[in-house]
Amino acid sequence: MTDAGAIIYCEDVTVDYDGFKALSRLNFFMDRRELRVVIGPNGAGKTTLLDVISGRVKPATGRVIFGHHTDLLPLRENQIAALGVGRKFQTPSVFVNLTVRDNVELSLRRASKGVFATLFERNTQARLRRDGDEEARIDATLERVGLAPKADWLAGRLSHGEKQWLEIGMVIAQDPELLLVDEPVAGMTDEETARTGELLRSIAADRSVLVIEHDMEFVRQIARKVTVLHQGTVLCEGPVEQVQSDPRVLEVYLGQRKDTHADR
Amino acid sequence: MPKRETGALVAIAFVLVVVLPLLNALPPSSPFHVSNFTLNLFGKFLTYAILALGLDLLWGYAGVLSLGHGVFFGLGAYAMGMHLMLEIGTQSVYQSALPDFMVWNQVKTLPLFWWPFHSALVTLIAIVAIPALVAAAFGFLAFRSRIRGVYFSIITQALALSAWLVFNRNEMNLGGTNGLADFKTIFGFRLNQASTQRGLYVATALALAGAYLLCRWITRTRAGKVLVAIRDSETRVLFSGYAPANYKLFVFVVSAALAGVAGALYAPQVGIITPAKIGVLPSIEMVVWVAAGGRGTLVGAVVGAFGVNWIQSWLTTSYPDLWLLFLGALFMGVVLFFPDGVVGAVARLWARARAVGRRAPVERALEQAAR
Repeated sequence: MTDAGAIIYCEDVTVDYDGFKALSRLNFFMDRRELRVVIGPNGAGKTTLLDVISGRVKPATGRVIFGHHTDLLPLRENQIAALGVGRKFQTPSVFVNLTVRDNVELSLRRASKGVFATLFERNTQARLRRDGDEEARIDATLERVGLAPKADWLAGRLSHGEKQWLEIGMVIAQDPELLLVDEPVAGMTDEETARTGELLRSIAADRSVLVIEHDMEFVRQIARKVTVLHQGTVLCEGPVEQVQSDPRVLEVYLGQRKDTHADR
Repeated sequence: MPKRETGALVAIAFVLVVVLPLLNALPPSSPFHVSNFTLNLFGKFLTYAILALGLDLLWGYAGVLSLGHGVFFGLGAYAMGMHLMLEIGTQSVYQSALPDFMVWNQVKTLPLFWWPFHSALVTLIAIVAIPALVAAAFGFLAFRSRIRGVYFSIITQALALSAWLVFNRNEMNLGGTNGLADFKTIFGFRLNQASTQRGLYVATALALAGAYLLCRWITRTRAGKVLVAIRDSETRVLFSGYAPANYKLFVFVVSAALAGVAGALYAPQVGIITPAKIGVLPSIEMVVWVAAGGRGTLVGAVVGAFGVNWIQSWLTTSYPDLWLLFLGALFMGVVLFFPDGVVGAVARLWARARAVGRRAPVERALEQAAR
């Protein structure tokens, strides 16, 4: 396996919601093992970009290529997830009536996630060996997101921040090559935000991570390279300091930030 | 499952399957005699419990609320009813090989779709296969189009209404409003004999036990966890690499098949099946059984089906005016005060009692330490 080349490659992507172009001839690509942050004002098309990559929204035109040559456009969400694209939603979405451990277990990468495969699992030797291996993977994942002591809790009892970490853990358990993370620190305390930043950086050591974020302080903490979206297209791209001083960015993004402050 | 709970369930199954029929076989003079009427009534309740189990698997676990399960119950009941009608043969009022209602409607030859029901084997297959196939076709279209939540419930209600309208039509050759009735024999056994009814009761109790074990097995596999996960967050399930539509379709088909079996056992025990069992109202009543018993606990579905219908049979004979008021009050009461039903409320009380029991020694120790 080679590390070279793009993990995700979007070319000329347009998403049209009844005349409103959420994405307009967008070109975007990311390298393997890159931690990329996408910023931009509301309505710039950030979440739509994640929707397109993860298969929730099918663009009117353009190409979306995963890895070397896998075309994602004809695939459904669960097929794209099985290929190795994990997605963390903005509001925590975990299975509140299952234990924390079961949440992670259901997310683990498996050969088949079909109805009959999950119904007729046998207790063969291979299964038991694999289970030992699975237990270890679940434990390691829970350790990583700091939820090992609460493994047997129902997920519904976790705090908001813990649910966010659990969902990140569930996405890691899918063993994806690319993680899409939508505003992971919204509603978190400063301490939780700092821990989440460390977690995302450690994940990016061996995977590609695409983060959407509003919190500029958090962006400065984690970002190496930042992409600014504006009106459904890439405005500029580069290291965080360079982007922050770009006059176009100040105008559309930081300028708007000032406006919203003035509104309050 | 804890040993004590398994023991309790085995004991209940033993009472239902073995003890009650034995008591029924005692001479009527015996103080322990269970009357034919009571056994027959229980048999009817048990068929409802089979249906409620399937509905609970669908609603309580996967979170898919069907307001059209009367249709699947009816399909099973009519399939069995058609076979029973044909078994009557020339013993009917008009002494024709055709069912009486066809003679009355001046139908000269048996419609083609009735022919397969001459065979007992085909009938036994049909009572499972027809509801399952209808559910598969309906569910495939609905779930593939990602019709969820209340929208799914509404179209199942539309299904119940349209099925009711269709079964009411005389042109369907299914007996119209009067349905199918006056059955004489089942597989050669005379239905008016106590031993036949006892046999049907035992078959129903065994079918309920089988349905319970099937549902319990499903909920304990990984697929069962996926069903609960779908109820909690269908989107997360989808983005975890599972196809929720396939899981929902599977459980919808299983619950429809169980409803069909329930209907097929209902028809010979009650002696009649009419479109009134198919429509919107009976379908909603079925949901009330599950809600009252406690959804998401298979035992709750059985308790609810049994309990609500027992109260109904008591109220409708003693205070006929009160029944509908009671049903409405029951549903509101459950929604407002016992969202997880009788079984859920009992489980919570039990947990609280145990917590109090555990705390007591600690409090005593603290009091002693304070002195």
